[in-house]
Amino acid sequence: MKSLDNLRESMRRDQVWDFMMPPVNLQLDVKHGNILYLEDVSVSFDGFKAINDLNLYIEAGELRCIIGPNGAGKTTMMDIITGKTRPDSGTAWFGQRIDLLRLSEPEIAQAGIGRKFQKPTVFEHHKVFENLELAMAGDKGVWASFTASLSGEQRDRIDEVLGITGLSEHVRDPAGKLSHGQKQWLEIGMLLMQQPHLLLVDEPVAGMTHQEMDRTAELLTSLAGKHSVVVVEHDMDFVRSIAKTVTVLHQGSVLAEGTMDEVQNDPKVIEVYLGE
Amino acid sequence: MNLTKLLTNDRGGQIFLAILALVAVLVPILNLVVPAGSALHMPTYTVTLLGKYLTYALLAVAVDLVWGYLGILSLGHGAFFALGGYAMGMYLMRQIGDRGVYGNPELPDFMVFLNWKELPWFWHGFDQFWFTALMILLVPGVLAFVFGWLAFRSRVTGVYLSIITQALTYALMLAFFRNEMGFGGNNGLTDFKDILGFDIQSDATRIGLFLASAIALALGYLVCRAIVTSRLGRVAVAVRDAEDRTRFIGYRVEHVKLAVFTVSAMLAGVAGALYVPQVGIINPGEFNPLNSIEIVIWVAIGGRNTLYGAVIGAILVNYGKTYFTGVFPEAWLFALGGLFVLVTLFLPQGIAGLLRKRRKATQTAPPAAAQEGAA
Amino acid sequence: MGASQFFWGRTTVAVLRFMLLGLLVVAPLSQASDNPTFDQGVELLKARSFNTKTDGVDKIAASGHPAAAQVLVYLLKSDLYFRESDQRLVYGQRDGRNYHISDALTSEDLGTVNKRELDKIKTNNRLRAHIRSTIATLNLTSPDAAVRLAGVSQLLDKPDPDAVDIVRRQLDQESDKTVAEAMRTVLALEDIKSEDKNTALGAIEQLSGSLLPAARNGLQRIADNSTDKDRKRAAAKALSAIQTKLQMNELAETLFFGLSLGSVLVLAAIGLAITFGVMGVINMAHGELIMLGAYTTYIVQLLMPNHIDLSLFVAIPAAFVVSGLVGIGIERGVIRFLYGRPLETLLATFGISLILQQLVRTGISAQNVAVENPSWMSGSLEINAVLSLTYNRLYIIVFALIVFAALLVILKKTALGLQVRAVSQNRPMARAMGVRSAWVDAMTFGLGSGIAGVAGVALSQLTNVGPNLGQAYIIDSFMVVVFGGVGNLWGTLVAGMSLGVVNKFLEPWAGAVLAKILVLVFIILFIQKRPRGLFPQKGRAAEG
Repeated sequence: MKSLDNLRESMRRDQVWDFMMPPVNLQLDVKHGNILYLEDVSVSFDGFKAINDLNLYIEAGELRCIIGPNGAGKTTMMDIITGKTRPDSGTAWFGQRIDLLRLSEPEIAQAGIGRKFQKPTVFEHHKVFENLELAMAGDKGVWASFTASLSGEQRDRIDEVLGITGLSEHVRDPAGKLSHGQKQWLEIGMLLMQQPHLLLVDEPVAGMTHQEMDRTAELLTSLAGKHSVVVVEHDMDFVRSIAKTVTVLHQGSVLAEGTMDEVQNDPKVIEVYLGE
Repeated sequence: MNLTKLLTNDRGGQIFLAILALVAVLVPILNLVVPAGSALHMPTYTVTLLGKYLTYALLAVAVDLVWGYLGILSLGHGAFFALGGYAMGMYLMRQIGDRGVYGNPELPDFMVFLNWKELPWFWHGFDQFWFTALMILLVPGVLAFVFGWLAFRSRVTGVYLSIITQALTYALMLAFFRNEMGFGGNNGLTDFKDILGFDIQSDATRIGLFLASAIALALGYLVCRAIVTSRLGRVAVAVRDAEDRTRFIGYRVEHVKLAVFTVSAMLAGVAGALYVPQVGIINPGEFNPLNSIEIVIWVAIGGRNTLYGAVIGAILVNYGKTYFTGVFPEAWLFALGGLFVLVTLFLPQGIAGLLRKRRKATQTAPPAAAQEGAA
Repeated sequence: MGASQFFWGRTTVAVLRFMLLGLLVVAPLSQASDNPTFDQGVELLKARSFNTKTDGVDKIAASGHPAAAQVLVYLLKSDLYFRESDQRLVYGQRDGRNYHISDALTSEDLGTVNKRELDKIKTNNRLRAHIRSTIATLNLTSPDAAVRLAGVSQLLDKPDPDAVDIVRRQLDQESDKTVAEAMRTVLALEDIKSEDKNTALGAIEQLSGSLLPAARNGLQRIADNSTDKDRKRAAAKALSAIQTKLQMNELAETLFFGLSLGSVLVLAAIGLAITFGVMGVINMAHGELIMLGAYTTYIVQLLMPNHIDLSLFVAIPAAFVVSGLVGIGIERGVIRFLYGRPLETLLATFGISLILQQLVRTGISAQNVAVENPSWMSGSLEINAVLSLTYNRLYIIVFALIVFAALLVILKKTALGLQVRAVSQNRPMARAMGVRSAWVDAMTFGLGSGIAGVAGVALSQLTNVGPNLGQAYIIDSFMVVVFGGVGNLWGTLVAGMSLGVVNKFLEPWAGAVLAKILVLVFIILFIQKRPRGLFPQKGRAAEG
């Protein structure tokens, strides 16, 4: 039956075959104000509903913090946005035109979504400079990579990011030699090199000192406006210091949304965090 | 992209190419110019043996490209090598013409023996050298492309990939053992007479083949260098170390793998094509999965992720094999098996790693590193 | 051995064994038996009158003497003589100008004598016909069902109208189902020639279920030659019914071959499923651990040459211990330094496999060694006329299932199993809970290797035992594990069995080698579609 359905699907006259479709237009369109639309998204692993009817909208230029207890589905949500996990149902649109569910991870990255992982992953055998070079926005095809060389402008951009992240001194060190906090910064730097429209930042300040945390907060707030930023974080002080709007996830769906104060006084949130 | 840029920062490579050039000049002189009675004369047998080592070295470089830089442990490179070899073997068979035992101008002996009436379609064209040369690149290349396209697209990685590359070469071995395949079955292709009109047994031709192998090795090395020093090479290493991360910064990992894997398979095919006229035979035994694993150990011993290390490993292990099988045939497998274990346990960077460590230790200050990725 | 398993259809063998049966029970060495009736009958054979001889034949038949049938068979062939010197009843065979003789009752060899020293017992047509039916009756009324069956089987090939009448009489009294069935076939074969249409059609109907070649031949003759349309049609229909039945049996046979091949694959792969699946360790020396198991069988047999039948029961635990210890040695000596580096582990264990092979080559022999099969492994279980299952394959299937079940029990029910599962799911957590992970690793590896040794014992009964034994199975084993889904014992079972069956079903039209290639290509393509195999490990653990 499945093959019959497939056949029917491929014979539909209002659609052309996949390979004849024009390449997806990766031009972002945010004229309605929102950059990310997650609607009715559900996904389950072995019957465990990691995401359950999640609805989430992110405005263009917004800085949004997402909090929630362990297992609330924060990382899974990021996996769905970046194409690592496909939802069982629901839709995910990036701007008005880009259907994230039709794109592969690299396509999503090219479309302008950058992600920092919970556990910092940098290319340990590459130097800091090379890590940034690889992340740099541009044509990432095979032939383009083979023939690529750095322009003065690109070099300046890398220097700029090195400055922002405070890694100028380590530019020739292999990334594997950096401390945990420095790796976090390098990953943020790589994110900046990608020049994404939307940044997904998973636990950026884990393992950082207070000073470093302050700098991170400063950086993220400065990015908002030009970029949209979604931060997942456990550290409430940090969230309070940067967030205008906070979304609380619980059991795979949105429990509450509002300013930090609103959210903290929400009885449902209090019950989830303190109740049991 | 110029030569000096490819070799900056590659002391090992510079030394290797210099030695290769020296050997390429010396060997013909020692063989052709020095009189046969002299102690310095190099017998043709030795020339051919060295030529064979050089083709192995090229094969090892191809394996290092995918294993050292891309993290794909291919247990199927013996198959690409053998396919290149078979392409060359088919050309050499067609060159025999009516000088075969059965004197059939069109059909190779084994086909006459099997009572075949006409040449199978896939044997057409192999009487032309240009066509053969094309096939030497295309056949392994296309196989690697199709296989890689299927495997990388479905994200088969690590050990799984190794095992299915092994299954691939095993399946090919079984297939080539069948007479019905039309490649001479068990006996393979042999009894070659001449290549490009030159007698394949003559000293001059042997020298020519040796030089061709040396040039192919040098070019193959430079091609690999060109890849690994480009940004593509850095993407490859990124894929090796953190595949997912590479995807999330916008690289199509499967395309990168496919491109490098295919180039590597083509290099292996060229190595096979140069190997066959020098050893005078190609048979399905070349597809034996054991051979493919052995190539990997050459690279491991020489030191992966350096390219020139692969050359060192290939030549040392094969010299050892020639020596041991001559002197104590019993001991060779013990030695080879022991090498596998000892190298993985105690010498993860191989000989090249040892050399680098020594160099670092002797130099008090590291040399001023040229700007990486400089324009 | 029940009568049902006894030679069905394989006529030459049947007759031979039937005669042997007669010979084996011959006890008395001297001619004068303690059976007066028999002696009287023999005496009567000396007479000239054929009528008297006929009486003699009857007396011999009635005597119940164990050699009676044999003597009558000799007489029928005109090979029965009296030796002139002592009037001994002998069986003689022409040997040039002389005769080679042996005692007709005991088969004792009496050397070669001149023709003149022998008196031939002459027979005529009438007497021979009488002897034939007497022998048939004798066989058909024998108290031994096997003898009766042999008698009937003989009639299937050489129909004899007189004997058929006896069969018709005996059928009612026949208690053994198999013999009765054969008798009915004999009768039906006679009846299809009948003038009476109903009788003939009834007989055709009767034959349509039979798998005996004689029944098929009989029906074929009717279908080809009969002038009567109804008979022709009925015979053709019966033949096609038989054809279907034959095909079903063929299918069953292929399935059986497939399952036995599958069992071999499961046995070879299941140890690997543990080390590869549970521990994530690639052990390329797994094949050599199988080989060591096979060689252990060989050595056990060398040590107990007089008890081959028991040797396997000693070899199984011995092989488990030998391969298990070698496995633990490999784990402690090499693999534990390489955890987390699967590709290096692959290479190092491959080196070990080379060393083990060469050790066997230099230590024992580079040639294959002869491992004997215990007597209970030979022979076959005959299901019907065309389907017989050889015992060695049958035992392999059973053995594979037992090993599988044992392993399942170990992993699910024992403390070791619990710890193995804990370590395989979350090593740091298991350690935190006080599981000695190093010990568990060694034990798991030992268990997987031990199972490989046991597989080697099984393989030693099926294939040549040589230093390359392991290599032949390693790729197949990996295919099974990968196809079934790493870390899943049930997956290994299903994958091994289905690959074995698919292979055997492909073989008839593709040939053995091409079948194997097709299976390999299929797996390569399958892995593209389902990189985690048939039964993937689920959940977050699989991601790591």
